[in-house]
Amino acid sequence: MAAPNLKAEKRTRQRYRRERRFKALCVGAILLSVAFLVFFFTDIIQRGYTAFYQAEVRAEVTYSERTVDLPPAAVDDEVRPFVSRGWLRQLPDHVEADPDLMGQTVTRWITADAPVGQYLKGQYSELTEQEKAEVDRLREQGQIRLAFNTNFFTNGDSKMAEIAGIKSAVVGSVLTLAVTMAVAFPIGVMSAVYLEEFAPDNRFTRFIEVNINNLAAVPSILYGLLGLAIFINFVGVPRSSALAGGLTLALMTLPIIIISTRAALRAVPDSIREGAFGVGASRLQVVSHHVLPQSLPGILTGSIIGLAQAMGETAPLLLVGMMAFIPSAPEGVTDAATVLPAQIYTWASMPQRAFDEITAAGILVLLAVLLTLNATAVVLRKRFERRW
Amino acid sequence: MSTGQVILSFLAGLLPLALLAYGLGRRRALAVAGGQDRALHSRPGFYGWYAVVLMAVPAVAMALLATLLDLLGLIDAPGALVLAAALALAAGGLWSAERTIRPGLRARNIVEGAVRWLLIAAASISILTTLGILLSILFEAMRFFQMVSAWEFLTGTTWSPDTAFGGGSEARSEAQFGSVPLFAGTFMITAIAMAVALPIGLLSAIFLSEYAPQRVRGAVKPALEVLAGIPTVVYGFFAAITVAPLIVDAASALGLDASYENALTPGIVMGIMIIPLVSSLSDDVISAIPMSLREGSFALGATPSETIKHVLLPAALPGVVSAFILAISRALGETMIVVMAAGLSANLTANPLESMTTVTVRIVAALTGDQEFSSPETLSAFGLGLVLFLITLTLNTISLIVVRRFREQYE
Repeated sequence: MAAPNLKAEKRTRQRYRRERRFKALCVGAILLSVAFLVFFFTDIIQRGYTAFYQAEVRAEVTYSERTVDLPPAAVDDEVRPFVSRGWLRQLPDHVEADPDLMGQTVTRWITADAPVGQYLKGQYSELTEQEKAEVDRLREQGQIRLAFNTNFFTNGDSKMAEIAGIKSAVVGSVLTLAVTMAVAFPIGVMSAVYLEEFAPDNRFTRFIEVNINNLAAVPSILYGLLGLAIFINFVGVPRSSALAGGLTLALMTLPIIIISTRAALRAVPDSIREGAFGVGASRLQVVSHHVLPQSLPGILTGSIIGLAQAMGETAPLLLVGMMAFIPSAPEGVTDAATVLPAQIYTWASMPQRAFDEITAAGILVLLAVLLTLNATAVVLRKRFERRW
Repeated sequence: MSTGQVILSFLAGLLPLALLAYGLGRRRALAVAGGQDRALHSRPGFYGWYAVVLMAVPAVAMALLATLLDLLGLIDAPGALVLAAALALAAGGLWSAERTIRPGLRARNIVEGAVRWLLIAAASISILTTLGILLSILFEAMRFFQMVSAWEFLTGTTWSPDTAFGGGSEARSEAQFGSVPLFAGTFMITAIAMAVALPIGLLSAIFLSEYAPQRVRGAVKPALEVLAGIPTVVYGFFAAITVAPLIVDAASALGLDASYENALTPGIVMGIMIIPLVSSLSDDVISAIPMSLREGSFALGATPSETIKHVLLPAALPGVVSAFILAISRALGETMIVVMAAGLSANLTANPLESMTTVTVRIVAALTGDQEFSSPETLSAFGLGLVLFLITLTLNTISLIVVRRFREQYE
């Protein structure tokens, strides 16, 4: 064996080693991303799932003139320290909603104060040792229990974590996104149809194209500045309203819808258009009878993705005032409203520890909706996508 | 009635009217043709649409014009009056449509022309949006720069707007709007984010396009897309409540002192958020390189990694660079993560473990505070927004030019 051969062999081995090292690096990068994803979901679920059940106290509630004026008097001394003050404060509303309650004494499960729930769930709680012993005793007697947290789904925002819920934020989100899609979907599809099917290839068209690509990359917070300066200060749309937020998000979603609609239109082969032209259809008939129906799944997929993105957006909405404290659901698009991500932001900045849990629970709800939307888009694309 | 209500009731009224016009126009066309649609120039439906166009266009145009003039303060148009005038115009339009419909009328051409203009109008909205962003920011920023000199804003190293709170002339003179620390903080956090996102994103893309078997690719790509679909407010919460304590613990284990609002936390989390952007764009570019380049390299005896480093990456460079630039622009404008995890007070420092703030944080702070709109602090948001807009616009344009100019054309 001559020396050069040995050298070459050594060099080959070295190159293979480098190859393995590089591949390991690539695999490492992927594993890192996936590991982060797993860590992230475990962390959020761990923080949030406990918010779906909460402590309740079984108590005799007296509804009378006196207790409407002074709600804490409605329950016994024994359980009073453990009953949610927020729940007691709602007592006059209960009587107003159901006047028959007046003068009655009802034994029922009522929401417990947040520290009781935290203690029962084994979290940090500000209860004293004595109170903890008392809670344990009541629990053994069946006076205190952990039950499904309905408040979280049926209530609006509150300064007290145990009775704060996502209902008004969900309603706000639905109203806002309805405005967004009502504006962005038709305008987006029409823009795309014009650019793809009608527009001549001239300077103006190219300018619009560059412009749309740029808009897609403009930071979302700048749309908030636009919404504030134009929709609220100039046009006079009510601040904090679903209309202001929805219009702002519509402008932000527009480029996404245009870009995906154009891709869907481009995927329809020219032979379809030529066939239709051949039997005497006008351009409008070609588009509305043939091209649009064929590309509908693609357009819908793109719009759902745009919708999901608008749904998770927070920054521009903060600027148009959609982080207001909204205890009851808005009734129209001009009422003050908040949306789910903004609600999450508001809760995340609350100092009380009990809010951590419901913040994470709100995040779980938001993520569930977003993942469902995105999965729908994927299924739609898989099922209806046509290869020509 | 407010303008908004007028617009809403106008649109609500227009829909049934349009249906009515369509029905009337279509029937009229069939009537003048004696029930034989062969005698008509266009199909009967087009006459329906013709009636809709003639009814709606003048009414809508008038209403829009009146609203615009009203907003500009040129005229004072009461909502009810506008509504009544629009209805009268609509009725007039419908009447003239009924009168003009005859078999020889080229309804199809007229309707097609109208639709074309409608589509052009829709496409122009994107231009109006850009114009709207630019003008609204520019306009308010000018008001800001009348109070604070642009030079001081761009070169000053102290950002302390709070002293303007009192509103007294003495207090106001103390407010300082030097944006250097804000931009320093923004660039620091962006740099950290890029240090995370670029290597991981690029290596992920290489793995997905070059090494991964089809099955793995099919499983990993959606996982990365999930990462991209997580709302930024969720990342912000995660950064503030989970990552920040981890970083502080890690720092103290190393004997360093870290703030809970350190720049490292939002930087790392933002980097993770941007990984999918970098990886999917790079993946597209690398996958677009024709097989023949790889085969040529393999035929010379190169290993896959040598092929990637010496053949594929150079070929993909323009696309990858443009992806990087887009990612930087995304990181600069990212808001919620920094609002929730970075600091609020301006701090000019090079230590990523210290608290620092960013441009977007100050924009949010200025506009969600309880100050009156014309105070310098509130308006400073527009000054910052203007600079942010110009920077991201430049980056996006560069990214586009890089792709256009340096893209290899494979045939």
